[in-house]
Amino acid sequence: MKYLHLIWAALFRRKTRTILTLLSIIMAFLLFGMLDAVRISFAEAGQSANGAERLQTGARLSFIQTLPKSLTEKIAAVPGVKDVAFANWFGGAYQDPHNQVFTFAVSDNYLDVYPEVIVSAEDRKAFADDLNGILAGEMLIKKYGWKIGDTIPLQSQIFPNQEGSKNWSFKLVGVMSSKDGRAFQSGMIILHWKKFDETTPYNQGEVGWYVSRVTDVNQADRIARDIDALSANSDHETKTQTEQAATRNWIKQMADIGLIVTSIMGAVFFTLVLLTGNTMMQAVRERTNELAVLKTMGFSNHKVLGLVLGESVLLLLLGGAIGLALVSVIGAALPAMSGGMINNTHVGISSWVVGIALATGIGLLIGALPATRAMRINIVDALAGR
Amino acid sequence: MSTLVEIRDVSKTYERGKQKVEVLHHVNLDIQKGDFLALMGPSGSGKTTLLNLIGGLDSPSGGSISVGGQRIDKLGGGALAKWRAANVGFIFQFYNLLPMLSAQKNVEVPLLLTALSAAERKRNAAIALQLVGLADRASHKPTELSGGQQQRVAIARAFVSDPSLLVCDEPTGDLDRQSAEEVLGLLQVLNREHGKTIIMVTHDPKAAEYAKQTLHLDKGTLVEQAAA
Ligand SMILES: Nc1ncnc2c1ncn2[C@@H]1O[C@H](COP(=O)(O)OP(=O)(O)O)[C@@H](O)[C@H]1O
Ligand SMILES: [Mg+2]
Repeated sequence: MKYLHLIWAALFRRKTRTILTLLSIIMAFLLFGMLDAVRISFAEAGQSANGAERLQTGARLSFIQTLPKSLTEKIAAVPGVKDVAFANWFGGAYQDPHNQVFTFAVSDNYLDVYPEVIVSAEDRKAFADDLNGILAGEMLIKKYGWKIGDTIPLQSQIFPNQEGSKNWSFKLVGVMSSKDGRAFQSGMIILHWKKFDETTPYNQGEVGWYVSRVTDVNQADRIARDIDALSANSDHETKTQTEQAATRNWIKQMADIGLIVTSIMGAVFFTLVLLTGNTMMQAVRERTNELAVLKTMGFSNHKVLGLVLGESVLLLLLGGAIGLALVSVIGAALPAMSGGMINNTHVGISSWVVGIALATGIGLLIGALPATRAMRINIVDALAGR
Repeated sequence: MSTLVEIRDVSKTYERGKQKVEVLHHVNLDIQKGDFLALMGPSGSGKTTLLNLIGGLDSPSGGSISVGGQRIDKLGGGALAKWRAANVGFIFQFYNLLPMLSAQKNVEVPLLLTALSAAERKRNAAIALQLVGLADRASHKPTELSGGQQQRVAIARAFVSDPSLLVCDEPTGDLDRQSAEEVLGLLQVLNREHGKTIIMVTHDPKAAEYAKQTLHLDKGTLVEQAAA
């Protein structure tokens, strides 16, 4: 690419303008990289192999409604169910109500149905032995600088304790982690359901939802129907789904993340095209004379077209690459900021591929008009300043 | 001496809106290989137009132009660009260097169109800069050079790819007397020592004295004068 230095020189002919333009491109691709990471993170939620064999059973009408604990034995008795655990929403906040910490009150066997969550045997025993104990995800522990044995005050938005205060206090007895930091438990806290049920007057032997594992994934649909049949025509009808389906449903309720990402990026890139397109047009207009001089030396119209296209593509690739590289830097802070909801913040190969393709495409798009104009420059007129 | 440029019955018409203006009327001219021709005449007489036709920047409305036996009026845009790259060097009144590039890189630009390697381009450009006496300014940007120095860089750029024809449109029009003399002396060396055929438009009779022959153009017609 022997013309690269010519293109580079032309690009930085007006340093300030190019740097400002570059900054807006970097911002656009930074946003693209982050949103794409969020989108992928949501798409991957609950898609582990373990997730396929898990069924979630909640109240049919609303996930806020609770279910009787007595269902535990009945679900366990459904053919094909390996084990059943249950949990309640606790809704914790640490120190400040804005520091939301996902907290579940869980049955004693809760961790058994999530084999991907890693808890040392020692911590597990400590948790089993201490009714006031909690396990916290490694991400939370890192974020707040907790140590094993610390007393952790947690505020529930909903549930008061026996004194009528929503300020609870627990003892941190262990850590939950997962191989690649992917399990959502890495960013949450679990406490004993027994403790929760005994302490708050608001809950009397009720359960938020059940999580059961099946022995054969292929029978999951049939088992889900059997579980729901247990409560048919009762005042607590249930809806059982595989974990993926439940996650997908939940995300649908949150709105279509993919659509939001696409709309935002559409608006951002539209603005970017107008802005950089205008800059490129201006840049070529200013350089009419120089481009004409290149033509006198024998640069063909197509070469001049290529030089200008090369310039706009280089500008976009430069901004795009810096923006995407920055995502990895800034993205390192994102898992902690999102409380573990967003774990996948490195820019994956697919984001790079899409990003580079986008940059090239936008570069060609905004370069097309000025490049055509450059190609059509009439040497004699340009040299005479006409 | 053989004829390098053969201009036969050339006219050039420009359209201004609906009006057609004939700027050159049936010009005939032979330029010998190795000649140094000065072209003089009042402003608007068509000097630049004629020069642009000889240099293959524009095509005549009528007549024919051959350079080195090739009918350049018959060449299309792409072929004409190739022809220019191989056969003509241009020198302008306002130097027209690329402002972002060093003197060295400016001189290398025409060589990008050749098959030379990066090292050969670098070496040839350095030799050209040495010939115009600016070897020590190779890394300077145009804004860091005086007008006369910029024009010498432009001359180096014009001959670095070894064209047979140099076409200069008022090369000293923007220079003080001393710089002008340096530039004209340089053109003379290129003509006498290196055999370049030079056609130079000028307003300055003193500049024309450096040429071997002076022609006058008036209202689009050549008025031949005795050799200088
Ligand atoms: N591209 C063009 N369109 C219209 N008129 C032109 C164009 N080029 C030159 N002319 C006209 O042709 C005449 C000769 O121009 P030019 O060759 O530049 O003269 P000179 O170089 O002798 O001053 C002038 O009247 C000029 O206005
Ligand atoms: Mg002129």
